[in-house]
Amino acid sequence: MAERERESGDIYRQDINSDYIPNDRTGKMINRRPLRRKSCGLCRDKIDLIDYKDIHMLRSFIPERGKIMPRRISGNCAIHQRMLATAIKRARSVAFIPFVAD
Amino acid sequence: MAEKRTYEVVAILGPTTAEDWVSTFNKNVTELIEKLGGTVVNVNDMGVRKLAYKIDKFNEGHYLIFEVDGSGQEVAEVERRFRVNDNVIRYMTIRVDLQRRRAEKFKTRRANRLARRGQSAAARRAERAESQPAAEE
Repeated sequence: MAERERESGDIYRQDINSDYIPNDRTGKMINRRPLRRKSCGLCRDKIDLIDYKDIHMLRSFIPERGKIMPRRISGNCAIHQRMLATAIKRARSVAFIPFVAD
Repeated sequence: MAEKRTYEVVAILGPTTAEDWVSTFNKNVTELIEKLGGTVVNVNDMGVRKLAYKIDKFNEGHYLIFEVDGSGQEVAEVERRFRVNDNVIRYMTIRVDLQRRRAEKFKTRRANRLARRGQSAAARRAERAESQPAAEE
């Protein structure tokens, strides 16, 4: 099958967003934006125990909506994220922090 | 009593409960735990706080946090009484000895790692000090 000449009106995927380049094999879009690995701030601060009573600290990981901030945003390590999640859930059940904020 | 455990029992009382009622409640719980073979290590009376959401149509609650050492039997009994008591609008028990032990472990591990790192750095420094005069000669 002959390759069609590229015409001026054609939109190529590369042209839409230079950060996105289609994968050769699957044709799926993949993000080529360089990733910066976030480091766990709780490891840095050497926190061994997250207390559910420490509301001020928990609040820093709860966005507006009252949800638990995901790891991909906070950059926490698995151990600390798990600790944090249990602490937040405990604090919720004794009404220190809301389940849903509006 | 096979092993000693530490629990944290949070009780939230309604804001309308009288002050002296709270103190007798406090005393009753402590006595009950002591009678059943546990010990109350600490009682944290946080006073009346605003609740993050309504519980039983109350916007505020009187928080009491008991730190209890024991087998768990006495905590179960205390919880049973909380359930019966209408002044207790919410309670929660947490086992804290495990997470404290875990924190302790993290601390020692970090200290060990630091010590090891310090050692290797010292070793490297010693090596460099040895090799440098040799290079000059």
